[in-house]
Amino acid sequence: MSEAVAIHVGVEPQESPLTPENWGKLGMWLFLAADAMTFGCLIVGYGILRHASSNWPVPSSILGINLTAFMTFLLIVSSIWMVLSLSAIQQGDKPRFRKFLGLVILGGLVFLGCQAYEWHHLITEVLPHHNLAFGKDLFATTFFVLTGFHGMHVTGGVIYNSCVLAAVSRGRYQAKHVEIAGLYWHFVDLVWILIFTFVYLV
Amino acid sequence: MTTTTHTETNYMGVFWWLLVLTIAEIAVIYMPIVRLAVVILLVSMAISKAALVALYFMHLKFERWTLGLIALSPFVLCVFLILMLMPDIFPR
Repeated sequence: MSEAVAIHVGVEPQESPLTPENWGKLGMWLFLAADAMTFGCLIVGYGILRHASSNWPVPSSILGINLTAFMTFLLIVSSIWMVLSLSAIQQGDKPRFRKFLGLVILGGLVFLGCQAYEWHHLITEVLPHHNLAFGKDLFATTFFVLTGFHGMHVTGGVIYNSCVLAAVSRGRYQAKHVEIAGLYWHFVDLVWILIFTFVYLV
Repeated sequence: MTTTTHTETNYMGVFWWLLVLTIAEIAVIYMPIVRLAVVILLVSMAISKAALVALYFMHLKFERWTLGLIALSPFVLCVFLILMLMPDIFPR
């Protein structure tokens, strides 16, 4: 019995067929594919409901795009910071890694703050003025469902990145873990690019 | 322990492209052109931006093509969903 255990302890698992670097990366890609299907269904559903509606308001006239354009810029910049933090940890430069991943987390928090401000402004001032509300009409309901679902992902990303930052600082995580966290963060950026276009601009 | 490194990728170049496309998107909605053209331009630019993020920031361009198939699978589902809902989108 103990011999069998001893034999298995030193055995490396077979490498992942699609991501030879590590299994975690494949796992994250599978998760993101499933998550993209959820977002895809929400966006397609939004488009079909909008197409079928005869009195859909012009989004840019109600939602405003100055703040969301800034939020889009923020997520794009945070993606660059994520890439730079990965580059830093790959070179073993932990202070530089901490600086850039810290900026990614800060960027995520500012994004969430902007979204909270936008929601508050819409709920208390703009939507009542147009006689719109969540649960009352499709425009407001689909808007809050889509942006809220994305906001939950940003919240998850901020928590995830904070955990990665702490774990790398303690020496428990290496560059491969940062690369996997980066995949998630870039995905959040990618989805926002689509939401910004389909919900705010089109 | 290994990770994917792509020193040849010009990340700042990708960033500037994303920024230019975002500014162009905002400019397009104020252009005095027909709505269909606005929608086509906006969707084209959004897909271009999403592709830049996936290919370069998520390194899909440098991964095995089978991983690309996994990444593309949600789009197949979306197309399928749209086709299945066609009778509702364009009723007779």
